[in-house]
Amino acid sequence: MSTSNKQVLLDPLFDNNPIALQVLGICSALAVTTKMETAVVMSIAVVAVMALSNLSVSILRNFIPPSIRIIVQLTIIASLVIVTDQILKAFLFETSKQLSVFVGLIITNCIVMGRAEAFAMQNGPVASLIDGVGNGLGYGLVLLFVGFFRELFGSGTLFGVTVMPLASEGGWYLPNGLMVLSPAAFFLIAIFIWFVRVWKPEQVTED
Amino acid sequence: MQRNSVTYILGFCAVICLICSVIVSGSAVGLKERQEVNKVLDRQKKVLSVAGLMKEGDMLQPAEIQTLFGKRIRAVVVNLETGNIDEEATKTVATYDQQKAKKDPAVSKSAPKNLAGVQRIPNKAVVYQVSKNEMGEDGSGFELTQYIFPVEGKGLWSTLYGFVAMAPDCNQIKGLTFYAHLETPGLGGEVDNPKWKAKWPGKLAFGALGSDPKSWDKVKIAVLKSGGDGKDHAVDGLSGATITGNGVTYLLRFWLGDDGFGPYIQNVAVRPS
Repeated sequence: MSTSNKQVLLDPLFDNNPIALQVLGICSALAVTTKMETAVVMSIAVVAVMALSNLSVSILRNFIPPSIRIIVQLTIIASLVIVTDQILKAFLFETSKQLSVFVGLIITNCIVMGRAEAFAMQNGPVASLIDGVGNGLGYGLVLLFVGFFRELFGSGTLFGVTVMPLASEGGWYLPNGLMVLSPAAFFLIAIFIWFVRVWKPEQVTED
Repeated sequence: MQRNSVTYILGFCAVICLICSVIVSGSAVGLKERQEVNKVLDRQKKVLSVAGLMKEGDMLQPAEIQTLFGKRIRAVVVNLETGNIDEEATKTVATYDQQKAKKDPAVSKSAPKNLAGVQRIPNKAVVYQVSKNEMGEDGSGFELTQYIFPVEGKGLWSTLYGFVAMAPDCNQIKGLTFYAHLETPGLGGEVDNPKWKAKWPGKLAFGALGSDPKSWDKVKIAVLKSGGDGKDHAVDGLSGATITGNGVTYLLRFWLGDDGFGPYIQNVAVRPS
């Protein structure tokens, strides 16, 4: 892989993370991160949708009439999201039930369309595919970070396996109820952003 | 051709729409069978778990679930108004979708005003009968130990969907499980908690029992704020979840009452001697 492609892939992880720096896609990050399992499946779904939407938009970029480009991107993304939802319902029924509407709502995730419009419309298919995967992973990274702490401290489990037995079930751990509610995701995302900006001070925005 | 000409734009739209719709409908149709299987399996799993034949967290293979379900559980479709079993509909019970029927005006009606927040009731509902022993292919050797009734009703934020398991006398509760709800985790969401669910078995649903079930009192079971322990007709509520608890009370009263499975219960209940 050439250096530029590598950069396209790795940049969105920390240097240009869609959630941490661009602050996009917060809504679903709150909703699907109470458990690691849903966070992982959601991340995979978003990576798949972003990679394919970037790829198809990039292949079509020289044919798409500029006046209707947004609606064309939306059509492509919407189709991919429906296909993803159907596949999840067929093969990962339990998880897809928990993700419920949020798979369908990938369509409204600004990251997907943002990358299609900002990157795929200008770059070749290979670079666009990699950019899609990279941004999907950047989103997934935050999801996993948030999901890890929310499930561990909110339910005492990881991937559904008991790590800290709950007091209500005879163990010792009194779960932190805040963790399973949405505000906890805000706090954790904020902490993530904080860490990333301490590590990479150039991301700090001027007042 | 110019990329901005109207003909090009319309043509491009048509091609994109065609391709996308082929992909979408292809995946929907191609995967439909698998999804249906999943839905049926999911329902069977819930019934098995409320019947106590399968523990939560048990990872059973789909084939095992189907065999277990087939051997131990008989599903019948009941006409809610008359309380009789609908033999014709029972033949296709595996594919009968009560939630879908509820929304179809031809096979459902709007519910009378009720505290459970039930809007529509289907004309026919599925009742599961659990056998003590494994039965044969033809249903021989069936010995009833439990009835399982589907129930639903409003909690605080959401509709609670669940099953209540009853002894053959249709009075003693064997268990209560909710499989779908969006109550506050840690408060109302504790309706899932095994410790709370363990309070239900042995409680009695109906009040004074006459010799004729038709003269039975109304459903009396209730979730109380406190002091449910040791009482026949009350279950201790969950702290911080008064409204969810009331919801559970109302939905049980509705579904075991005259608008729900009441007529069926009066037909089949084993009368106390």
